Amino acid sequence: MTGTFVGMPAFPEAARTALADSQLRTNLARATSTIRSKRSAAVAEVAEWEDLRLAGAAIKDEVLLHLDEYLIELEQSLQDRGAVVHWASDAAEACSIVAGIAQSHHIDEVVKVKSMVTQEIGLNEALAEVGVAAWETDLAELIVQLGDDLPSHILVPAIHRNRAEIRDIFVSSMGKAGRPAPVDLTDEPAELAEAARTHLREKFLRAKMAVSGANFAVAETGTLVVVESEGNGRMCLTLPEVLVSVVGIEKVVPTWSDLDVFLQLLPRSSTGERMNPYTSTWSGVTPGDGPQEVHVVLLDNGRTRALADEVGRQALRCIRCSACLNVCPVYERTGGHAYGSVYPGPIGAILNPLLKGPGHDEQTDSLPYASTLCGACFDACPVRIDIPSILVDLRAQVVDAHRGGVPKPEAAAMKMASRTLSTSRRLRAVERLTRPGLALARRIGARAWTRARDLPDAPPEPFRRWWQRTDGGRR
Amino acid sequence: MKVALSVTCINDALYPETGKAVVRLLRRLGVEVDFPAAQTCCGQPMVNTGYLDEAVPLVRNYVETFAGYDAVVTPSGSCAGSARHQHALVARRSGDDRLVAAVERAPKTYELSEFLVDVLGVSDVGAFFPYRVTYHPTCHSLRMLGVGDRPLQLLREVRGIDLVELRAADECCGFGGTFAVKNSDTSVAMGTDKARHVRETGAGFLVAGDNSCLMHVGGILLREGSGVQVMHLAEILAST
Repeated sequence: MTGTFVGMPAFPEAARTALADSQLRTNLARATSTIRSKRSAAVAEVAEWEDLRLAGAAIKDEVLLHLDEYLIELEQSLQDRGAVVHWASDAAEACSIVAGIAQSHHIDEVVKVKSMVTQEIGLNEALAEVGVAAWETDLAELIVQLGDDLPSHILVPAIHRNRAEIRDIFVSSMGKAGRPAPVDLTDEPAELAEAARTHLREKFLRAKMAVSGANFAVAETGTLVVVESEGNGRMCLTLPEVLVSVVGIEKVVPTWSDLDVFLQLLPRSSTGERMNPYTSTWSGVTPGDGPQEVHVVLLDNGRTRALADEVGRQALRCIRCSACLNVCPVYERTGGHAYGSVYPGPIGAILNPLLKGPGHDEQTDSLPYASTLCGACFDACPVRIDIPSILVDLRAQVVDAHRGGVPKPEAAAMKMASRTLSTSRRLRAVERLTRPGLALARRIGARAWTRARDLPDAPPEPFRRWWQRTDGGRR
Repeated sequence: MKVALSVTCINDALYPETGKAVVRLLRRLGVEVDFPAAQTCCGQPMVNTGYLDEAVPLVRNYVETFAGYDAVVTPSGSCAGSARHQHALVARRSGDDRLVAAVERAPKTYELSEFLVDVLGVSDVGAFFPYRVTYHPTCHSLRMLGVGDRPLQLLREVRGIDLVELRAADECCGFGGTFAVKNSDTSVAMGTDKARHVRETGAGFLVAGDNSCLMHVGGILLREGSGVQVMHLAEILAST
């Protein structure tokens, strides 16, 4: 099974480890720059791209402001079409519902469509505990699962692996999960894909139950939508008798025609394509065709907490395109594992604290600081999530959560700096310490800076002294 | 027009030449700026690290210092960004309605290139700097203020200059305020890549509109013994 993010260190420490892995750095730099170029080209083709972004943001905000109404409409539409609707307030409840459905059918294996939300709730592990194997069928998720690894990217979870590493994983681990890889398998992409296809084929044909997420859930028509590239989703959604979809409550869109906006925004933002190869939509049960038992598990797991946050709630607009990851200079160098979550990168840095709350744990509290606030993510986001502003707001929430009690060194330093900088009289007094302060920093302190960077020399006098002495350079 | 110079806390203490260059440059263009000595800091380091309460006295001091002016000019994209996009937030946090109103009424803080191009309407400032130079657009000026190519418009008119394009210019240098120490490893990794791109241009000078970013990349270039110097935009534009 896959590993777990539980117990991962805070970002600065996790990043340090990742930065030292030169193979990872090379893989990431190549992959993200390729996707970046493709995205730029795909977006440049659309003259009204900015209008689409505004429309996408507006539709999502409308849903979020009336989420209760749209969810009730969705439930009704789904039920009218023969789907069973479940409500799960947290991960444990959602896992228990899915496991219960499998057990009620005496099912011991399910096939999975790529689904971030099922990773968020730890579904595979929960199913394993009750003797149900969950086979990932998306190629990258398969690589991660066979490698007993963790996903490092929302869209391309195995981005941290190159083809040679993938070949090794297939040869060593496919046999334990089913049909083994050919012994003479090379790292040619076509051969790797064929090995995965062959390995997965028997599972698609055998499985009685599939588990998916959904990119969108249309309230008006009770339709779920899965957008994918490989066709494994199509296999999972049409062959098994039982289909269970776990859907975050923020995935609702009001009407079928709203999909027009998102199906233009998503492929160009994620894979840099005009349209992705397979888009599947299904509305409940169609008698005699496809799964005859359809379940939808609507999941909260902190989303209502995020919804209550006036600055942060726009994060729930996210359509999981991963454009923000691909343009982020921090993500490019540290990779996804350093964020300790199935949602890494800029969106992960805001979503995790919003779902869990500040002060929940040190690792989550470190995420809003895993950014230089450069703003590249905001520029790339197809639904205009103002990630930098949310990051700054979350930092204030983290600081506020730790106020009271013994102040940490940083908090004490900030209080002192605030006092010093509140009047020019105090600042002038402290500026006399610039030269000795820098000399000291160069010698013993400020290792975080001086380890790899020189410090500037202290100037002969501060600007304000020059101004006063020379009357602004006139004397 | 009564114009004040907000020199910035970093420039005041560590890079006074940048402040002097702004004064000299504007004087040459017929603008006598005031330097109200009560100024300290815009509060950005506190706000961006999450210490909003600690930023309140700084924002109060900023607003009071510049209250009587028509415009404020500052040689820093990030400080201009903080004044225009964060001071209202800090004022609301203070719960002091008078401060909220004062921030709303406050004169606009312009980053230097905005002031030159938009307010003075000039792009040729009569500068002479016969060296190979490469320009890094700092993130706050690029994305928060949207200065666009104003700095390049100004640099292109500098006599004798050999301006070369920087690869991946739009990519963040990795300074990010307290990020530079809180996440120093990632910061240095980003800065090292930026320094490498700078060296590839063969330029003798890296120019930008923010000394904070230049302190970071410049610190790496110095440590590498690259021979490349960093210089603030104001100092190149003031050169004759």
